[in-house]
Amino acid sequence: MYWEEDKECISRADLEQLQLERLQATLYRVATHVPFYRKKFRELGIDPENFSSLDDLRQLPFTTKQDLRDNYPYDLFAVPLREVVRIHASSGTTGQATVVGYTENDIKNWSKLIARILTAAGVTKDDVVQIAFGYGLFTGGFGLHYGAERVGASVIPISSGNSKRQIQIMQDFRTTALVCTPSYALLLADVIEEQGINLASMSLKYGLFGGEPWSEAMRNEIQDKLSIIATDNYGLSEVMGPGVAGECRERKGLHLNEDHFLVEVIDPDTLEPVAPGEIGELVITTLTKEAFPVIRYRTRDLTRLIAEPCLCGRTLTRMERVLGRTDDMLIIKGVNVYPSQIEEILFEVEGTKPHYQIVVEREGRLDKATVLVEVVESLFFDRIAKQNELIDLIKKRLATELGIGVEVKLVEEKSLERSEGKAKRIIDKREL
Amino acid sequence: MLKIKNLEAGYGKLRVLKKVSMHVAPGEIVTLIGANGAGKTTLLSTISGLVRAAGGEIVLQGKNIEKTAADKIVYQGCSLVPEGRQVFATMTVRENLILGGYVQHRKGNKNFRDSLDHVYELFPVLKERSGQLAGTLSGGEQQMLAMGRAMMAKPALIMMDEPSTGLAPLVVKAIFRVIKKLREEGNTVLLIEQNAKAALSIADRGYVLETGKIILQGPAKDLLSNNDVQRAYLGRDVG
Repeated sequence: MYWEEDKECISRADLEQLQLERLQATLYRVATHVPFYRKKFRELGIDPENFSSLDDLRQLPFTTKQDLRDNYPYDLFAVPLREVVRIHASSGTTGQATVVGYTENDIKNWSKLIARILTAAGVTKDDVVQIAFGYGLFTGGFGLHYGAERVGASVIPISSGNSKRQIQIMQDFRTTALVCTPSYALLLADVIEEQGINLASMSLKYGLFGGEPWSEAMRNEIQDKLSIIATDNYGLSEVMGPGVAGECRERKGLHLNEDHFLVEVIDPDTLEPVAPGEIGELVITTLTKEAFPVIRYRTRDLTRLIAEPCLCGRTLTRMERVLGRTDDMLIIKGVNVYPSQIEEILFEVEGTKPHYQIVVEREGRLDKATVLVEVVESLFFDRIAKQNELIDLIKKRLATELGIGVEVKLVEEKSLERSEGKAKRIIDKREL
Repeated sequence: MLKIKNLEAGYGKLRVLKKVSMHVAPGEIVTLIGANGAGKTTLLSTISGLVRAAGGEIVLQGKNIEKTAADKIVYQGCSLVPEGRQVFATMTVRENLILGGYVQHRKGNKNFRDSLDHVYELFPVLKERSGQLAGTLSGGEQQMLAMGRAMMAKPALIMMDEPSTGLAPLVVKAIFRVIKKLREEGNTVLLIEQNAKAALSIADRGYVLETGKIILQGPAKDLLSNNDVQRAYLGRDVG
């Protein structure tokens, strides 16, 4: 089943023609309407009027997360705000957040691309879709929501959290498709098991999971425990949100919606394209976005492209599930956490040393993060009460800054491992 | 059907088309809209071979035609309905139509009756006026004649340059109804229009040309709701 067969099964030659047309129009628009790109193009001597081949893309500058931050909140928008009908922001806090906007047409296209992904996963208008992604500035909830409505499914906008209620509604409303992060699906599976609920009494058939990296082992576990077909989908708010790519029922990689996104895979160090099929950083150029077009956005996600044709008949290239991140950003409980944020706080708290370690592990199904902080010797031998005070202070500051609760442990000076002068900041014990 | 890549054209030193890329798939109505002087007519003239391309590619049904002479392009299945009709005023309606069938005649298809009947079916008024001199027809009728004449060549792609120019709103409606009908019969149409609203409401897809560049493209109904298009071409002040 396809949602848009003419696009999902388009011939390579037709796709390239379409991509070129759309890229030329996009370049012209960003050069005209976005000062950031106009300036960059001028500096590099690029005349968008002379852009004539998809291969010319390599001459264009990259756009990074930092560029988005520097232009906070609206400076990268290519249309005036009155034409923007929706604003989302990436998870993060003041200073770290990046803002993206959508025109009416952007929302239409977004819904359409989500509809493709839902259809590829098996969802039809007969399904009842429970969306357990957070609704809010995060793109996950609303992105999937509009696409599911477009398909004509019955949508339950339950948002995230409250597992017991999720399961109650799943039973009562006869949910057939669950949309959430894979780790949350596992958590729900555990609760279902604990409560001794008979799976046969539930109507669940499909699970569409995204928003965080997961493994094949995790997929198998989810599929077994919930007896559903679990598919992966991918996206990031900077280029649109979910809907960039999604798996079909073959479950052998995610079809990229190449008529709306031009993708490259580069070596994150040399910035040159990797050999076909090699692992590298995914770089995305939007082809149809009106409000927030991006040119060569560095996603920091590591993946590789799969050239072999897919059995499902779609001609859109597949990417392998995201294998990791090029930078040190951590995703804890679905929230993006940068070690630098933690560092900043520790710098401000008296008595601590700028040496710390973040240990992330899975406790049951959920992420648990512990920050180990070196403290000055005097304090370490101080009274427990004073130590607890300090711990509470750091905890509170971290919770406000990061938006998630983390554990804090004080350790002796110089007790944290250092290699070649560089501290090992992150110990990720999670096994996906 | 038609694929254009990085097409450049101009007159003397004047560069009118700047790397224009677009395509028309079989059975589609694609419209190209733009203000006066954007390069719309130059684009059609370049596809038809009346203006030489300075660069880029035009592929019609798999064959490159950017260096092909205008008369040969007609034989390859691409007919132009020129702006301002340009019917042969001192000939009858029927004679005008028969001239349009010349290509089919040369291809050895001696029986132009079928095509003529088909054109009369599309435009009953032409049948009524078949013996009348074309110059005595009204503007709308002349436009229908120009379209009928192009149809006589049984083209794979019909290109129309501003068919609504200088016509009363009611006549424009009738003309656009026929264009829609042509598509229903499986014809492929590239429609160039200043009347963006009328063109976008019957087209499948659209391109917006501005100073020789395609600045927007997409499904026609999306372009109708695009604010840039509304402001610039639909005369609506948004916000």
